[in-house]
Amino acid sequence: MSDAHVGTLEHTHDEEHVAHQFDNAQQQYESGNLGMWLFLLTEVMFFGGMFGAYAVYRTWYPDAFEIASRTTNIPLGAMNTLVLIVSSLTMALGVQSAQLGKRKRLAWMIALTMFFGLVFLGVKAAEYSEKWHHQHVPGLNWNWTEGEGGREVQILFCLYFAMTGMHAMHMVVGVGIMTWLLITALKGRYSPAYYNPVEISGLYWHFVDIVWIFLFPLLYLI
Amino acid sequence: MSALTEPRHYTSELNYLNNGWTLKSWLLTKDHKRIAMLYLISITVFFALGGLFAAAVRLELLTPPGDLMDAETYNKMFTMHGVIMIFFFLIPSVPATLGNFLVPMMVGAKDLAFPRVNLLSWYLYVLGGIFAIYAAVQGGVDTGWTFYTPYSSTYSNTAVIVTAMGAFVAGFSSILTGLNFIVTVHKMRAPGLTWGRLPLFVWAHYATSLIQLLGTPVVAITLVLMMLERGLRIGFFDPALGGDPVLFQHLFWFYSHPAVYIMILPGMGVISEIVTCFSRKHVFGYPFIAGSSLAIAILGFFVWGHHMFVAGQSTYASMVFSLITFFVAAPSAVKVFNWTATMYKGSVSYATPMLYAMGFIGLFTIGGVTGVMLATTALDLHLHDTYFVVAHFHYVMVGGMVMAFMGGLHFWWPKMTGRMYHEIWARISAGLVFIGFNLTFFPQFILGYMGMPRRYHAYPEEFVVLNVMSTAGSSVLGVGYLLPAIYFIYSLYRGEQAPPNPFRAKGLEWETPSPPPTENFLTTPVVTEDAYAYAEKEVKALV
Amino acid sequence: MQHHIAPTRMYIGVFLALAVFTALTVFVRLGLEIRSFTIAISIAVVKATLVILYFMHVKWSGVLTKMAVVLAVVFLGILLLLTLTDYGSRSWQPKIPGWEKHQVVQ
Repeated sequence: MSDAHVGTLEHTHDEEHVAHQFDNAQQQYESGNLGMWLFLLTEVMFFGGMFGAYAVYRTWYPDAFEIASRTTNIPLGAMNTLVLIVSSLTMALGVQSAQLGKRKRLAWMIALTMFFGLVFLGVKAAEYSEKWHHQHVPGLNWNWTEGEGGREVQILFCLYFAMTGMHAMHMVVGVGIMTWLLITALKGRYSPAYYNPVEISGLYWHFVDIVWIFLFPLLYLI
Repeated sequence: MSALTEPRHYTSELNYLNNGWTLKSWLLTKDHKRIAMLYLISITVFFALGGLFAAAVRLELLTPPGDLMDAETYNKMFTMHGVIMIFFFLIPSVPATLGNFLVPMMVGAKDLAFPRVNLLSWYLYVLGGIFAIYAAVQGGVDTGWTFYTPYSSTYSNTAVIVTAMGAFVAGFSSILTGLNFIVTVHKMRAPGLTWGRLPLFVWAHYATSLIQLLGTPVVAITLVLMMLERGLRIGFFDPALGGDPVLFQHLFWFYSHPAVYIMILPGMGVISEIVTCFSRKHVFGYPFIAGSSLAIAILGFFVWGHHMFVAGQSTYASMVFSLITFFVAAPSAVKVFNWTATMYKGSVSYATPMLYAMGFIGLFTIGGVTGVMLATTALDLHLHDTYFVVAHFHYVMVGGMVMAFMGGLHFWWPKMTGRMYHEIWARISAGLVFIGFNLTFFPQFILGYMGMPRRYHAYPEEFVVLNVMSTAGSSVLGVGYLLPAIYFIYSLYRGEQAPPNPFRAKGLEWETPSPPPTENFLTTPVVTEDAYAYAEKEVKALV
Repeated sequence: MQHHIAPTRMYIGVFLALAVFTALTVFVRLGLEIRSFTIAISIAVVKATLVILYFMHVKWSGVLTKMAVVLAVVFLGILLLLTLTDYGSRSWQPKIPGWEKHQVVQ
């Protein structure tokens, strides 16, 4: 169905944003959207490598993983999960505002998404400093005093920092994208005829949320 | 005749080459054709660099004792050869040059879907290349191109992180190229160009792009974890920290085995174009060649464990991987049979691209069949890490991909530059490449079977004859690669001007002037017939 | 361009569902003190599906987008499953009779 448009030229839409290589706004919209989905596909595989490592070491050292996950702060993790879900809601409502042409609401929604993203990063930083304080940072500040199996326990902390660190880096990029979106939205660039950047930035944001939806149970709850 | 005396850009019409002469108009270009040219220049530099490292390796192996260099230097030489040839030549070779130039033209588009992303991918490639060259200057790296842990993450004293960083960055360039191709093929085809009419070159690139998208991120994160372990002692693979080195190999080969299909599939696409054109025939079994590209891309993800038969992987997993590896040979064989059937009863002419294509079919078959031998677990115990493996993958990579790349470059050079090269010299160099290649690598099969291990700088006296043959062959091969560099550059200045379709080939890229205008086509093309409708046209001409 | 524009109600509803599932998974762990991989991951899968279908509009998207999602899940599955075939079957290795005699004593 999505391939059938090639021959049809529609010039009814806002054509000023159509790049030279595209025939029309519809083609540009579909290309941008597909491009972002393919990028997210690569992101899934990128995190997939770490999930693979997690799966292997979890089957090897179930006891050590249980000991290690006891030291994580579940209330903070749960709160962060909620914060991210709220930010996903505001992001989705932002896209909807753009679709409806509500420019002021769009700017507010982007600003809120950004705000919640920053809250998440703040909480994450607090968790990291707690870990640092307890000397639970492998490589840099590691001293396991809570009994046996430190060597195996260390692996979970390595995974914890690699996975949440990589996720936090994606959040930082996401906040950067939101900043750019906010500036362009305030300039009034988006309309119901042209909102690709809002939508594909939203897809990225939701993806980062999904990664956390899996990280939270894997690293905190089990 | 006027081409000899006229200035270089005497064509009055505007094309992508004479549309701006400043350095800026090249370095900030968003034109896929110019980016392809940028890639062509940069991969040629890396090919030459990788070739120099290979020459050092072959020179050391000319004599049995390790007399030219010590073991450490030798390790660095073959590592830099592997890293540069794989990450900076083979993976971008056809997709980033010929693919970048031709995929938008073959689908009848003005450009790729995301021209800026395309330019970014070239800059990422260059950045990665700078890392690799910096590592070489820093004293090189000695882990082998595979960066196996714990040697890479713990024990090696060389520039591992810089090199891995180079491969990591170049990986993103490869991802972005793949992403661009898939979106372009899906969304930007010309009116009438259905999936069943797409040139097989485009099908091959579509399949390649899928692997780039799905595989490359995994090696990227694996290299990041390895670098974290080396730099910060955050353990993932080091047994001293509770990790498993074999896990690194799993994650590494999850990408790096499909990556050999990134390296060969675009070459297969080139061969499909050349074989049909110089046989003047419709391709035999179009749906099977197109489908086998996808089958290779997908099955290729199920076989990585055959690199790890002796690495401590469970025997049962090895059995599964071995079995699926046999399956993946089938679609490759389908292609070889179909190309042969296409030539059968065709009116075959032996122009330079066809010479390379025929070289490809033979050499790739040898490389593929020895691959099946290596996939047999029992035989692999004997052949693993010997020169047999080295010969096998050079038959696929050099005998396959480099042959296809050279063939494709000769086929589309008139289109890309608007100039004809010297046909006689081109045929001579194609012959030299074929002879030099076989002389270099066939003895290595025998050496490997006799038990000469790879990655040693010295060897026993009884291997000397075959090694001398191999080194002699590599110098012939070197001359064979140097000649095209000379006559291609010469053709830019003194070459005859190329007509739009010098080989009377089919395909949208031939229906526009050579070199093409900036937006490829003067009017949006409309496709009304299948790809490779050679026979029909000529039968009509006879009637 | 015809794009599905969902009402604000729906977004709020999905958000509430996600919040409830989050509370549920935390309650299972802290309230009932059950440390279950199956329960936690099942809840996460449901939550992710909600986000993909409604927040990311896949429910109203074309075949291509749906294929991209499926492809991601399938290839992630290949990576995890085939890696685990090795780890899962390492202990099945049969012992060759009399192997103990040849063991290196350290």
